[in-house]
Amino acid sequence: MSGPEPAPDRDGFPDRDGFPERGALIRVAIGMGLYAGAFAMSYGALAVSSGLSLAQTMVLSLVMFSGASQLAFVGVATVGSPLAAIPAALLLGVRNAFYGVTLAEVLHPYGPRRLWTAHFVIDETTAMAVAQSTPRAKRYAFWATGLALCTLWQVGSLVGALLGSAIDPKTFGLDAAVPAVFLALLWPALKAVLARWVALAGAALALLLVPWVPAGVPVIAAAGVALVAGLLPARPAEDRFEGAGESQTVAEER
Amino acid sequence: MTTLWVALVVAALGTYLLKLAGLSLPDSVLNHPRVQRVAKLLPVAMLSALVAVSLFDGGGRYVVEWRTLVGVAAGVVALILKRGFLVVFLVAIGVTALLRLLT
Repeated sequence: MSGPEPAPDRDGFPDRDGFPERGALIRVAIGMGLYAGAFAMSYGALAVSSGLSLAQTMVLSLVMFSGASQLAFVGVATVGSPLAAIPAALLLGVRNAFYGVTLAEVLHPYGPRRLWTAHFVIDETTAMAVAQSTPRAKRYAFWATGLALCTLWQVGSLVGALLGSAIDPKTFGLDAAVPAVFLALLWPALKAVLARWVALAGAALALLLVPWVPAGVPVIAAAGVALVAGLLPARPAEDRFEGAGESQTVAEER
Repeated sequence: MTTLWVALVVAALGTYLLKLAGLSLPDSVLNHPRVQRVAKLLPVAMLSALVAVSLFDGGGRYVVEWRTLVGVAAGVVALILKRGFLVVFLVAIGVTALLRLLT
């Protein structure tokens, strides 16, 4: 993004009067929203065909609003105890807390404003905000991406859920969609060598545990692999924060 | 309320509180390289475990459904070709459904 440096505003909200990056930011935000909407459709179809009601599918999209956590919840809750799905979803949501640390420096969300800002702290809004060069563009990028994504996420979930409830999952090969969608979420992170080993070890540990522990527990146990690998002495090349998550590759490509 | 609803509400609110915590906690709490590395690797290990379990766990014992495997492999090809979510999703279910129809 280029253009003259705009004067910083003090209230933390984007200005109504234009600045050079505005049009480009809105276009990228809508593009990312459409991409997320397509992902949400897959989520909605999977959630309903796995046994969640339409209301449950939508409450997850509206309140949890974090793709990987939502899918993990569905994946674990519908095969094992729903209670095992709580740690699975929360452990996948931990990365959002770290995005919050970065975004707090950009957004300065004080008082009650923090309560609604927090809802939009996800992979895409963080990637878009940190990619901009000026504080005002960062804030604008965060809100444009957050609002576009949240809207299209709900629409996509609803459409997917309605489609999913209309078809027989097994006949339409929807059982293949669960691992495929998790792989798509994991894919961008596999560029790093350490991440590949962690992915391999996590999958191996989970598979070893399958016959011995209740459903859902193997996935939670895989978190232990991340804990061990993360606490080992660091190599400098691995220190970039490039996590697995939603459509992060989109933000990187633009 | 069923157990599923209780779990769903707890997990959804918990995820929101994690986001809120990141915005609210002082910088020093989460700003350690090792803590950040664990946070970065958590989704990698867990998503990979979810892939494995959803492919091979048939309710506490191992199952291999070759049509599903081929469908997912086709999805991986779509990923290698840098296609988006919807394409990967449609290729995976399309190939699996087609194989189920033919065999």
